[in-house]
Amino acid sequence: MGVDRPLGDNVIFTKLDALVNWSRKSSLWPMTFGTACCAIEMMATGAASHDFDRFGTIFRASPRQADCIIIAGTVTKKMLPVIKTIYEQMPEPKWVIAMGACACSGGIFDTYSVVQGIDEALPVDVYIPGCPPRPEALLYGLIKLQEKIMKERNSFGNALGFGERVEPAL
Amino acid sequence: MPENHHAVIRLKKRFADSILDVGEFRGEVTVTVGKEDITAICGFLKETLEYNFLTDVTAVDYLGQEPRFMMVYHLCSMSGRDRIRLKAPVAGSDPLIDSLVPLWKTANWLEREVFDLFGITFKNHPDLRRILLPNDWTGHPLRKDYPLQGPDREPYKGRLA
Repeated sequence: MGVDRPLGDNVIFTKLDALVNWSRKSSLWPMTFGTACCAIEMMATGAASHDFDRFGTIFRASPRQADCIIIAGTVTKKMLPVIKTIYEQMPEPKWVIAMGACACSGGIFDTYSVVQGIDEALPVDVYIPGCPPRPEALLYGLIKLQEKIMKERNSFGNALGFGERVEPAL
Repeated sequence: MPENHHAVIRLKKRFADSILDVGEFRGEVTVTVGKEDITAICGFLKETLEYNFLTDVTAVDYLGQEPRFMMVYHLCSMSGRDRIRLKAPVAGSDPLIDSLVPLWKTANWLEREVFDLFGITFKNHPDLRRILLPNDWTGHPLRKDYPLQGPDREPYKGRLA
């Protein structure tokens, strides 16, 4: 007596949105890119004790393979063109997490050389406050992003040329 | 007493006209010199008195005073186990001083930083361009008349203003 076909000849019905969103949110691959000390917390989040990988979140070293960029730290005006280039190199669909006070608002660096929040340049999906945020906060922010992705409607159909993308109601 | 410092005695003997001031604070000797002789004095300190290591090059902006800028050089003698600080006033209307790159290669980047942030030009510098700020930046942020939050922003007037 084996269990080789436990579901038999069944067919599973689901909505295309639910399937696509579920697969997207379950393999969010962030770009490995830290701009300041928040990156240390991001590394701690990826390490064994907090283990980002259990959410399917595996850091990628190339923007071509990334779905998501975590702006981890202070963004200087000199670094902003680099971040913009990386963001443009990422394939659609893509999401942005602003991690920490500096990425959200410039933080304590209210000076000539610092961008006062990455939302001046990129469309941010999730803001994570803290200086720096603990790994738990980053995990919570990622789960919030997953919840947001699950609410997307017809983004896949729109990419194929069918209908309009419906913005998720938050 | 800074007058008894061996390097100060030698400098006063050799460059009597260029020594503007000698001071000491917490055991650190500072010699203020005329900017015309900065290369000669640094060469003498390096070759003859063995102050062979240029630790730092920076500047101070005394806005409202003249001369406006003060170049600051920190020298260290490895063999003599001693440090000495040189200062040279630079006019705000013509911020120009001789480069120390012929003496110390490390002066290259240090002087580029001073040029970037203070706008002081260095004569005979081989590669004088910005080092920290982007190349298309205008202004020199460590000057006291540069707005802290940048020229394109409304200055912060305090939380309750």
